[in-house]
Amino acid sequence: MSKILDKIEIPTDRFEIRLSGSGGQGMIFGSVVLCEAIGQSGDKSVVQSQSYGPEARGGASKADVVISDDEIYYPKAMKLDLLLAMTQESLDKYYGDLKDHGTLIVDTSLITELPTEDYYGLEFTRLARNEVGSIVVATVMALGAICALTGLFSKEALTEAVLARAPRGTEDRNKKAIDIGYDEAMKIKK
Amino acid sequence: MANKQKKLLQGNGACVEGAIYAGMTVYAGYPITPSTEIAEGCARELPKLGGRFIQMEDEIASIAAIIGASVTGRKVLTGTSGPGYSLMSELFGYAYMTETPIVVVNVQRGGPSTGLPTKVGQADTMQARWGTHGDYNAIAIAPSTVGECLTETIRAFNLAERFRTPVTVLLDEVMGHMREIIELPEKGDHEVFDRVKPTVPPEEFEAFAMTDNLVSPMPSYGEGYRYNVTGLTHDVKGFSTNRTDETIQKLDKLFNKIEHFTDEIFKSRVELVEDADVVFISYGTVSRAALQAMQIARKAGAKVGSIQLYTIWPFDYEMIKRATKNCHTVVVAEMNMGQICHEIQKVLDPSKKLETVQRYDGEIITPMELLEKLEEVL
Repeated sequence: MSKILDKIEIPTDRFEIRLSGSGGQGMIFGSVVLCEAIGQSGDKSVVQSQSYGPEARGGASKADVVISDDEIYYPKAMKLDLLLAMTQESLDKYYGDLKDHGTLIVDTSLITELPTEDYYGLEFTRLARNEVGSIVVATVMALGAICALTGLFSKEALTEAVLARAPRGTEDRNKKAIDIGYDEAMKIKK
Repeated sequence: MANKQKKLLQGNGACVEGAIYAGMTVYAGYPITPSTEIAEGCARELPKLGGRFIQMEDEIASIAAIIGASVTGRKVLTGTSGPGYSLMSELFGYAYMTETPIVVVNVQRGGPSTGLPTKVGQADTMQARWGTHGDYNAIAIAPSTVGECLTETIRAFNLAERFRTPVTVLLDEVMGHMREIIELPEKGDHEVFDRVKPTVPPEEFEAFAMTDNLVSPMPSYGEGYRYNVTGLTHDVKGFSTNRTDETIQKLDKLFNKIEHFTDEIFKSRVELVEDADVVFISYGTVSRAALQAMQIARKAGAKVGSIQLYTIWPFDYEMIKRATKNCHTVVVAEMNMGQICHEIQKVLDPSKKLETVQRYDGEIITPMELLEKLEEVL
């Protein structure tokens, strides 16, 4: 019989999010504005970390955000509560890190093979191209969906955080992307 | 608490905030991953404050420039990583010998040589103590959160000024790049220590005078106090000497001005060691994995404690003895092939088991790895 390994439980005082996609899709940008939106929405502790370096350009790229009401000890994700996958490769690579019954959000315009039926699928990239006119805002749209599906932060806080960091002249596109992501997610929210 | 300004910062950025809070006005450096954001932050902020940011041709020139600026009375910083810290080794010795306060942030990556530029490591722990040749004493401290990057950098400046010596702040790639929301301190929240200036008339001034606390008052160049600055072993006036008695006096001063004040410099976080069967010992980012593993293990009914070292050097051997007296096993966790574990071994009661968890593959130690070690040793 094991002395401890059979008895341990995953800490319940943490909420762990991973944004994953391919390098250049804005996963790190997304994780930073996510932190700022959460920071504006209350007194929670947040830690953001990222995979860094040549391997983060192209291929699977990820950024993790850990949220807690208490002091956050381990700064990286241990078992994800929420995984956003923007590409098939990132889904394949990180799905195993998601908790049982954790929230899976995928971009179904790029992802065709799902390992489970328990997921939220939205066509972020297609909607970004067709409705906003730029695929660059697909990740921001996904943040709108995370906002709607988790309620961890308000849409206003998210919009403020995105606009504070986004290049000038992109305000309307970003706002529209957040709105679409939020509204589409509300339609499928379980 | 009043509404303080909150900011999402990287560890590297928090070091910049801490240095500015402490009064840093000169930064000279050469950007290198994973410390570059420190140089970027100083380049952005210092000109606004009337300070100077200088990009040097290499790390030897960087540390030389801040030593020079410190002698003129400035509080000074440089940031570096890996090979840059190695290049600074020679002039570290010059700063020890000339008793010049400087702060160096070393954001550790994998080594040796250019090693793993974008990956995490803690293998410069002994280099921070023994990096330059000769006998001397060193101060090195290691924060583990973004908030502590700010407060420990303030502490680094205070120690440098208080003891007239170089201080290394040991970060690592994960610590330098992770972001957390922290409260920015306001004036008065933290003590800021400035070097003691001479009060005697210039003609009676001795730059390396023996004092009760072994630290000599330090004037700024241009204030009328003339003295010689040299890396050669020197007398109280700063002039080179070969005399055995003066050599002993100088080296004893360098060593003891820190050694005798270990209690003042040493800082640790000791959690739940009283009833612990197993105690983790760690520093920097790894301490967060250790605290997490301790929390999980306690919940599962195992008696586990943690000692986190905020001050690595000088090493407080007595404190380790005290905090490990009730346990049967100590697990030293560090991201190298075993450095601080040898210091623990020196003082650990022979009846106790010393175990290690080490990683040197560019990835951080996880709570699960520590829990697996617990399974073995409990």
